[in-house]
Amino acid sequence: MTDKMINITIDGEPLQVPAGTTVLKAAEKLGINIPRLCYHPNLSIEGACRVCVTQVKGFNHFLTACSQEVWEGMDIQTNSPEIRQARRDIVELLLDNHPKDCQTCERDGNCELQKQAYRLGVRERHFEGQRKRYPVEDSGKSVVRNPEKCILCGRCVRVCAEVQGVNNLSQHGRGFHTVVGPANLVNMDDSVCIQCGQCVAVCPTAAFLEQDHTERVWEALALPRDVKHVVVHTAPAIRATMGEMFGLPMGTPVTGKLVTALRRLGFDAVFDTNFGADLTIIEEATEFLSRMEKGENLPLLTSCSPGWVNFLEKFYPELIPHTSTCKSPMQMMSTLLKTYYAEKKGLDPKDIYVVAIMPCVAKKFEAGRSEHTMADGIPYTDAVLTTRELGWMIKSYGIDFEALPDGEFDRPLGVSSGAADIFGATGGVMEAALRTAAVKLTGEELGPLDFVEVRGVTGLKEASLKINGVEINIAVSNGLTNAKHILDAATAGGKKYHLIEIMACPGGCIMGGGQPYPPLDWDPMDPEIARTRAKALYDIDSHKQLRRSHENPAIEHLYAEFLGQPNGEKAHELLHTHYNARMPRGIR
Amino acid sequence: MSHAIANTDNWAEVKAACEAVLPKHILDFIEANHGQAHSESQLIAILHLVQGHFGFLGQEQMHAVAQLAQIPLAKVTGVATFYHYFRLQPRGKHIINVCLGTACYVKGADKLSQRLMDELGIQFGETTKDGLFSLESTRCLGTCGLAPVIMVDDQVYGPVSPAEASLIVDKYLKKEKGAKAEAAKA
Repeated sequence: MTDKMINITIDGEPLQVPAGTTVLKAAEKLGINIPRLCYHPNLSIEGACRVCVTQVKGFNHFLTACSQEVWEGMDIQTNSPEIRQARRDIVELLLDNHPKDCQTCERDGNCELQKQAYRLGVRERHFEGQRKRYPVEDSGKSVVRNPEKCILCGRCVRVCAEVQGVNNLSQHGRGFHTVVGPANLVNMDDSVCIQCGQCVAVCPTAAFLEQDHTERVWEALALPRDVKHVVVHTAPAIRATMGEMFGLPMGTPVTGKLVTALRRLGFDAVFDTNFGADLTIIEEATEFLSRMEKGENLPLLTSCSPGWVNFLEKFYPELIPHTSTCKSPMQMMSTLLKTYYAEKKGLDPKDIYVVAIMPCVAKKFEAGRSEHTMADGIPYTDAVLTTRELGWMIKSYGIDFEALPDGEFDRPLGVSSGAADIFGATGGVMEAALRTAAVKLTGEELGPLDFVEVRGVTGLKEASLKINGVEINIAVSNGLTNAKHILDAATAGGKKYHLIEIMACPGGCIMGGGQPYPPLDWDPMDPEIARTRAKALYDIDSHKQLRRSHENPAIEHLYAEFLGQPNGEKAHELLHTHYNARMPRGIR
Repeated sequence: MSHAIANTDNWAEVKAACEAVLPKHILDFIEANHGQAHSESQLIAILHLVQGHFGFLGQEQMHAVAQLAQIPLAKVTGVATFYHYFRLQPRGKHIINVCLGTACYVKGADKLSQRLMDELGIQFGETTKDGLFSLESTRCLGTCGLAPVIMVDDQVYGPVSPAEASLIVDKYLKKEKGAKAEAAKA
């Protein structure tokens, strides 16, 4: 795009826009939203759905606003009886090849196809033709694929390739028989899928969804208390986003209401995954400082994001020795619940049912990993609910979320520092680790607290810090294409990093594949959503008395009473894991 | 990352396994493209070579192409399933092409097709269990004067009635049986 300005007319109104602007973007400047389905501002232009057709003077065919750049003197019409008819027909034809099951669809009320059908005035159905028929592919642990709902917009294909660098999805076949899926249309778990769920997040319909765990949770909650002790812990990012499920403004912190809602649902104890996050920092900072001391296996790569861990095993297996062996906060927390907590409560781990509330689709896959099961095959985490799933359960129960009083997490596994809250945003794990590492390195109890250089939702951040004379080169990435850049730079040997935080989803957990769909006038993945949600977490952090993970008294107590030393034998056995190269190998 | 660390990489094994799947001329072709600008645009050419050698594109071969040419497998299978020319199933020893062009069609290609499907027990695009015949359809072969025509391998037959179609199939079957008996004797 150059600075050259182009004169155009939209709906009779003259307008100047920079050269290279598309008709769709130019119309937005006038406050006109041209309908769109396949278009996404963060992805390449596909021009597949044709819903954004416009008329341009001098042309006897329609031009697609998303892909057409303006030219000098262009005279555009965004609305006319012909355009309205064409758009209506286009959406009607899409509907014609789509199940007529809005009432029972997961996306009812939050579906972009449904929205456009209503907006464009599809009130009758004139066409009746053959409809594609496919079974739902739901044998994967995290991601469910339903080709019948697919409108072939290709957003999932593009997000998977462009944002995540995974390239797992593609259109197979041609014409009426086109179907989107992984190579050879296998189960997602057998493909190079890393289970991040960004395909779910950007899908305009319900062609991709998370594997449903709500039914098993309802069943567990219905069992008598002495049969199953059902406990729950909720991830840092949930408190910043659950309000959106109930119409609260984006970025409203709802920690207290969330706790109360979980108690109303019938959970016997409500804990905070934050505790696991604080514990992760103690273990990871210890691991980091020990590696710094020995100068081995640097840079240390974080391991909290299960989408990233899947990416590591399939795409960068040679970097396994660099990756922190720390389990994710979810798995640390669930492990403690079935060991430490079970012991304290005098319960058999078999009688405890652990539910984790996560912003993440990949957490379902992580919970099912054989590394995360007890000796007798019982998983540490029994069910993982996404923010969306729990939001639905709260609605389904009939709880008036907005009116709920604030509750408090159960102790001691509900006590946490502000460092844990910010785990949900990109850069948060890094900042939390630095807060603790700085104190350990300087030996001063009041080391630096706000590492603003790692904040913000950009995809890649780098900084060089000097703490107590020690230089630490750090990098923070979100969206795995960004991770590729940093990992390739690190392996090429040009730049020496010491610590790299990697989160799979663009913006971090606050933009995870399991987070609420934004309102229909927003684009999924809009960075403004990430900024607003992240702000909620940093606000919670700044208002907490405890800001550093190692200051958490409950953590200190846990080590004294149960775990021993950080990175010690027991801590290692319970809180650390291992990774293996996995097939199929991804192409990076 | 300068330190000597445990080798957790599986690339050497993956590469070796993939190289074992493809013949040398295809490996050489992929290797020659390696590092060239837009080398991924050679995908179709590679798939032609694979189909030329194996008669079809098997999953194992496509996986090997993806790894060795470093093109995501989903893209490989996306291309392979898009083009009508690429086959994902093995083809029979003899290919029976039924012309479904206009002239052949009005002269009864539909009845001819039905007879062949019944006779062979397969649909268009399929291969008999014994691997002897594949049934395919084609558009005009340029011999409309002989309509309706079928083509077996490189040999054109026409005009062919349904009964004659059965005889043609029998002829090839007998030839195969004879060849088998010869082989057994030898």
